Amino acid sequence: MATRKKPLPTGAGVLATTQPLPDYGDAPTLSREGRLEWYRLMYLTRKFEERTYQSYQTGLIGGFCHLYNGQEAVAAGTFAAINETDPVITAYRDHAHGLMRGIRPGPAFAEMYGRATGVVKGKGGSMHFFNPEKQMWGGHGIVGGQTALGLGLAFATKYLGEKKVCYCYMGDGAVNQGAFHESLNLAQLMKIPVIYVIENNMYSMGTAVERHSAPVELYKRALGYDMLGVRAEAQDFDLVRQIAWTLGERARNENLPAILELMTYRYRGHSMSDPQYYRSKDEVEEYRKHDPVEIMRGRILSEGTVNEKDLEALEETVRKEVQTAHDWALASPFPSQSEIYTDIYA
Amino acid sequence: MAKIAYRDAVRDAMSEEMTRDSRVFLIGEEVAQYNGAYKCSKGMLDKFGPDRVIDSPISEAGFAGLCIGAAMYGLRPIAEFMTFSFSFVAFDQIVNNAAQMRYMSGGQIKVPMVFRGNSGGGHQIGATHSHAPENIYATYPGLKVVVPAFAADVKGLLKSAIRDDNPVLVIENEALYGRESEVPEGEYLTPIGKANILQDGVDLTIVTHGRSCWTVLEANQELLKMGIRAEIIDLRSIKPLDWPTVFASVRKTHRLVCVDETKPFCGVSSQVAAEVQRACFDSLDAPVLRVTSVEAPMPFSSALEDECIPNVARIIEAVKEVVA
Repeated sequence: MATRKKPLPTGAGVLATTQPLPDYGDAPTLSREGRLEWYRLMYLTRKFEERTYQSYQTGLIGGFCHLYNGQEAVAAGTFAAINETDPVITAYRDHAHGLMRGIRPGPAFAEMYGRATGVVKGKGGSMHFFNPEKQMWGGHGIVGGQTALGLGLAFATKYLGEKKVCYCYMGDGAVNQGAFHESLNLAQLMKIPVIYVIENNMYSMGTAVERHSAPVELYKRALGYDMLGVRAEAQDFDLVRQIAWTLGERARNENLPAILELMTYRYRGHSMSDPQYYRSKDEVEEYRKHDPVEIMRGRILSEGTVNEKDLEALEETVRKEVQTAHDWALASPFPSQSEIYTDIYA
Repeated sequence: MAKIAYRDAVRDAMSEEMTRDSRVFLIGEEVAQYNGAYKCSKGMLDKFGPDRVIDSPISEAGFAGLCIGAAMYGLRPIAEFMTFSFSFVAFDQIVNNAAQMRYMSGGQIKVPMVFRGNSGGGHQIGATHSHAPENIYATYPGLKVVVPAFAADVKGLLKSAIRDDNPVLVIENEALYGRESEVPEGEYLTPIGKANILQDGVDLTIVTHGRSCWTVLEANQELLKMGIRAEIIDLRSIKPLDWPTVFASVRKTHRLVCVDETKPFCGVSSQVAAEVQRACFDSLDAPVLRVTSVEAPMPFSSALEDECIPNVARIIEAVKEVVA
């Protein structure tokens, strides 16, 4: 392998910051039901992606398709730190963000299968999940393009005096796009409550971080904008939630943006067409030992949130839901030809 | 009717709409403290304050994207490009985000906003600053494009654009900002997608838009002396384009000259010529001729530049050929 060994999680949570972190205390304690629900959503995402993988392999899904396996605690931990009314927006690795913001697995599968019942009527596909009712603003295909939109969503909440924060997600490859840097400068200059979450899975498609970014510590991109940058580990839901809470409350109360670089790992290739020549199987297997879904599962069992039997029942329900959703999507009709010309203008 | 300058009509349109709707705000380079690079927002910072008239750093992609995101959330932004030549820096935001957001979200999201600013050549500012990009943006479904030539139209069309639920590009022209023309008193809107017949005629139809309207009207003085009575149509709106008005005129006059400042290859006039030959084939008594900018980057020297955009001599030459 041409690239150096990837650092494994240590359980430390926050690894480094460009400025001292403010003290907004501990994130509010989640109820038993709340904790179980976040585990359920992480497990649902995992099972959804596994089914998606199969469907892609069997030719049910065309085009591009990017899986979230291994990164579940990023979306879950950050979403659990903010309100359901806070806007979120992401790039094309968007299945988790959709499922965790109200998109049901049926319409999600149907979208990827190109059906009329898809979440965006078969007009967007895997990369363009939207659910604005639940403040999930996409699903965007151009790397880095959504960083300026996240800025605008956050600007609008401030303009309207809503005291919200926008969480804007991106891959590590997006740090090299101009729109991102323009957005960082505008966010800090205009005091806009946006948090840029770099989902650092250590590969920009097949290019490892040290081959695509001059500073390999991506949170340091904040230094050029006098902005707070934080690097944290991201396989542990609770650790992610705590740092996301701190940055979210800071943005909400002080209109201050930040970069949150979350160190994660994707088990699958960049997209479904990626043969992964750029990394070893051993590397992937080493990472699987720090699986975010398993860590969360162990945590809620050991703290007595749920017993093994009830948890297995919940997991069985999720697996059935995924199967039912897939079947329902497959049985759904394709869009009619007249749909080509709808939804172009409001 | 009072005569006012084009730039003041732009300002009046924005001010009236910002007074009417608190969701409307203006952002761009030098729009606030400097009062606008072309003084189109003169006095607006004092009137509306820094939260609604916002100076942006030189970051077209950044502030264009900011406006699109804000529009998705329900605001009604006006993004001013100092010139549309700079809009190319924000091309991805305009084309991939503003234009296609509604479609890709399956109709769940609207992008009610305006991109506006100066365009065009003729001021010795060189190839990078002299683009007339209306044909480029008009090619993308999801965008609307208007190119007003007169103070009354820029006011009425800009107000309509601000109230429209889609992204609308209002493409102005430096040569027009200081020109005065009559503007109706009181509140009015000019509909997007409706052409305006500047002069009735019988001998041929001239379809034009933007700054070229003024050049055509100047050429028209010569044509009238020559006994040629042209029907002159100002498209005003490029997307959507008012085809019924164009077709009806060509069916009446049987001859067509297209005049506009876009390039000859895949320009607005190319589109008009193609549609007219299809819809009015049996009515045409002569080939359709086009007078456009030339197939070259814009040169600096005024001796060269004057030949590169439609001028009176080239218009008269084309008309004479078509009516011969």
